Order: sequence, then C-alpha cells, then structure tokens
Amino acid sequence: MDIQIEKLTKTYGPQTAVNDISFDVKTGEVLGFLGPNGAGKSTTMKMITGYIGIEKGDIHIGGKSVTNPSNDLKKHIGYLPENNPLYLDMPVMDYLEFCGSLQGIDTLNIDKRIREMIGVCGLNREKHKKIGELSKGYRQRVGLAQAMIHDPEILVLDEPTTGLDPNQIIEIRKLIRDLGKEKTVILSTHILPEVEATCDRILIINKGKIVANGTPETLRKQAQGNEVLKLRIEDGDADLILKSLKELNTVQSVEYVQQNQNLFEVQSLAEQTSKRHIFNLCVQKKWVLTELTPMETKLEDIFRNLTVN
Amino acid sequence: MQTIWIIAKRELATFFDSLIAYIILGLFLGFSGFFTWLYGNDIFLVGQANLRVFFSIASWSLFFFIPAITMKMLAEERKTGTLELLLTKSVTDRQLILGKFLGSVLLVCIALLATLPYVITISNIGNLDNGGTICGYLGLLLMSITYTAIGVFASSITTNQIVAFMTALFIGLFFHIIFGVLAQNFTGPLGQIFDTLNLQSHFESISRGVIDSKDLVYFLSITVLGLYLGEWSLSKRHFS
Ligand SMILES: Nc1ncnc2c1ncn2[C@@H]1O[C@H](COP(=O)(O)OP(=O)(O)OP(=O)(O)O)[C@@H](O)[C@H]1O
Ligand SMILES: [Mg+2]
Repeated sequence: MDIQIEKLTKTYGPQTAVNDISFDVKTGEVLGFLGPNGAGKSTTMKMITGYIGIEKGDIHIGGKSVTNPSNDLKKHIGYLPENNPLYLDMPVMDYLEFCGSLQGIDTLNIDKRIREMIGVCGLNREKHKKIGELSKGYRQRVGLAQAMIHDPEILVLDEPTTGLDPNQIIEIRKLIRDLGKEKTVILSTHILPEVEATCDRILIINKGKIVANGTPETLRKQAQGNEVLKLRIEDGDADLILKSLKELNTVQSVEYVQQNQNLFEVQSLAEQTSKRHIFNLCVQKKWVLTELTPMETKLEDIFRNLTVN
Repeated sequence: MQTIWIIAKRELATFFDSLIAYIILGLFLGFSGFFTWLYGNDIFLVGQANLRVFFSIASWSLFFFIPAITMKMLAEERKTGTLELLLTKSVTDRQLILGKFLGSVLLVCIALLATLPYVITISNIGNLDNGGTICGYLGLLLMSITYTAIGVFASSITTNQIVAFMTALFIGLFFHIIFGVLAQNFTGPLGQIFDTLNLQSHFESISRGVIDSKDLVYFLSITVLGLYLGEWSLSKRHFS
C-alpha cells in the first residue's frame, strides 16, 4: 500500500503546524522524516494515522482516502506515537494481546504473533512484568511490538529508537530495513546517521513546509559545492607545499588543517577536480602523498543549511 | 461489538487488578449496609421485611460511587496519551465510549449482585415481596446506567480525574435533587417540567413496582444523550 499526501494543511489557532505539504511514499520504501523541533512531523503522522482530522488537503492510503471512515484503513497501519504511551499497569503479554485483538487478530493466531513480537523485540526476559516495571528502553520495545503485532502494511514510527541501547538500535534498524522491503514505512528521527542507515529517502520539513525530498545521495549532490580534499604530504616543508598547492590552476584555496603534521584542506574551483594535479606535483617534487580523502558534505550540514534561518 | 467487549473487558480487569474495584465495592457495601441495618431507619424497628430503605440508601451510595468509577475512564487515557494509541487502532470513538460505558456498568452490576445477601437475610425475617424487589433492582440499574453515562461524558471532557468526578457529581446533583426541589417550588407547566426531569420520581415509581414506559424512556434518553455527548467531546480533537 502506498501513501499519497496532497496539499496537507493543519493549523492550531494562529499557528500553521503543517503548511500545504505533498509527498508520496511507495510500497517497499522507508521514508525518513526529519525536521527541527516543532516542524510538524508528529502532526503529519497523526493525520496519516487518523488521530486528528485533516483540515485541508487529503491523504490516500492504497488509493483510499483516510477521511472516509468506512474505508477502515486503521487496520493496515501500525503506529508508534511520540512519547510511546502505554498502560503501565498491564503486564507485557496482556497488553500485546489487547492491542492485537483490537486490530482484529483472531484468537488462533494471536499467541503466535505475541511470541514472534516478543522474540523480535527482545522482550523475552521481561514478558511477565508489568509495563510500569520496565526500563525506558524496554518500554520502547513494547511500543514497537504493539505497532507491529498485526503485521500491518504501513508502519508509522515517531522517533522509534529513542531510549534503546546501541545493540538494540542496530537490531531495530535492521528490522525496519527488512520490513521496509515489503511494507511502507515512515519514521521520524533526530538521529541523522539513523536516516542513512535505514531510509531509502529523506524528507526534511521546516516550519510546516518541505525543504528537501530525495535519497541521501541526491541531497548530498544538491548540497555539495566544490570539491574539498584532505591531504597529508610528507617529506617536504609545509609552507612550501602550501605555496605550490596554491599555484595549481584548478585550486581555489588551501588551508592548513594541522601545520606540524602537514595536513591540508584543498578546495577546488567550481566543477573542477585537483586530484591528478596534486599527485603529479608530489611526484615531481618527490614528496610523499600519504593521505587524500574527498570530504563529503555531511547530512548534519545539509540539515543545518536547510533548517536554520 | 467485539471491539466494545475487548475494551470493556480490559476496563474490568484493570479495576480488579488495581484494588480500586475492591475499595469501591467494599465502601459501597459497607455504606449501604451500615445505613440499611444500623443507622436511623432500623430495619428491625420498622419490623417490616421490605427493602425500601435499602433501595433508597443504595441509590444515594451509587450516586457518589459511580462518578468515582467513571472519573478515570477517559481522563486518564487523555492524560497519558493512550487515547491516541487506542483511537489509531481499529477502534471508533463510539466503540471506545461504549466499551468504557459497558465496563463500568458491569462493575456496578457486580456491586448490585453483591448486595443480594442483604435481600436474602431480609427475606428470612419476613415474607418478601419478590416483584417489588426485582423492580427495586431494576430501578437501581436504570439509575446506574444513567449516572454512568453522565460520568463517562464528564470524564471525556478533561484530563483531570478530580475535575471529572466533580463534574459528574455536579450534573448528577441536578437530576438527583435540584430538579425535585424546583418541582416543589413551581406550579403549573414549569413545575411539571421539573418533575419530569427529576430522577427521583422516576426511580420511585419504578421501585414501587410500576414499570411505565415513560420512566424507561426517561432513563434511556439521558443515557443516550450522555454517551452521545461523550463521543462528541472525543471527536473535538479533529477540529482544534
Ligand atoms: N494540540 C496542539 N495544540 C496546539 N498546538 C500544537 C498542538 N500539537 C502541536 N502543536 C504545534 O504544532 C507544531 C508542530 O508540532 P509537532 O509535534 O508536529 O512537531 P514535531 O515536528 O513532531 O517536533 P518534535 O521534533 O519536537 O517532535 C508545534 O509548534 C506545536 O506547538
Ligand atoms: Mg514530534
């Protein structure tokens, strides 16, 4: 099932939380939803899952509008709300059974599904405890388990890995990637490496508007200006090397990273590359080139450029 | 229907898990027992094997205890955010309201069943009017569902349990006393309207053994209205 969002708008009093945004998520795709605090991520997710009404625009899931309750789309959605609300006085197993049966899993399959979820989310040692007795990370796992228990075709996860330990983060990311092969997943997060590790596509919103939409590579390409190289050149005088580098005709600027270690950062002119020239220069002067690393624009930088104003 | 039952069942299970149920049942039985047997209208002095006193006391106890049962129903869900969890599952606002309502009505029924020993003891003292007893219980039941619906509504408008409790009690007060008092102070059509709104007069006519469809309509319409307002109050989140 794919999701189409058309011109979605939501205002809270004078404030426009989501402002005329449109995007699609296809089956078999994991969409990373980024944006600074208050950008409107959770609000958008609440509209997709049908918790709050749509003010303007529309959302279609599998071609059907969420505004028509008779489509009963909620059965196909698994949702982990922000802050992961849970019934703290319920034991884990009872809670999962409650959630599963509300989503219409029949009594024959429910035990099997509960066991699977407990395995997948690593809850085996805690399954008989009350949720209120669990640590934060385990509660988060229970939240994930309830979202996935009915094997939904669409998963909407609002900050799914907060509070998890590094091992579990890796497991959950892998799980999301695997699920994402057949299902449609939207996840929001503030952990940028997580997006690169799990998502096929990134959507960045700021103040309710989309400011970027694309794969991590395309975003990088768009954001990338000139080529930047990090160099270490040994067996030569640092100042002399700096001067010679500056004289290369593809180079725009050269700076020291660390003078005493002969580390330089070289920025090329637009649309130009200096790698070959640098190599040839070193051969010619009998310097030893021990390091040449192209510097990629980090996702953090892209994010900051688009959302700080 | 399945969904409503799942929600009601969880509600009952939580009650009995958290001791609240036992406390409320204990207080209810203690309270109504104390006043029925010992205080003032002593059943032995009256020397009559009828349960009039008991039904009147029980109706007052329920008046206080039902808001205590219903106060957390939706207020708590709103406060902890589990409302969002429920309503994004395959559950409609109406099913949630009805599930909560059913859960609390069942608890009240358990409380009413627990008073049966009183009835049995009294029937040993003298010959008991079976029809009257059944009608008395029917009156209590109808009154209970009415106050439960009001309580569910009161719980749906706030995140604070105490506010929900006070609101339910405040609305209940009108039906339980204020309309009755007004009915006595006004004559003519206005007095009649207040008398129609007065829950006590409907309750008394049923527990006297007269089952009139007017009384049934009265209780059921307030119930439906309360539940409907509860649903409306949940749906307001769509339009903020
Ligand atoms: N119920 C509400 N009433 C009033 N304003 C609200 C409500 N819910 C959200 N907002 C406002 O809408 C804006 C978007 O909020 P939202 O929760 O969608 O942000 P977010 O992108 O999820 O942020 P975060 O990264 O902090 O979770 C915020 O400015 C918030 O104050
Ligand atoms: Mg959020």
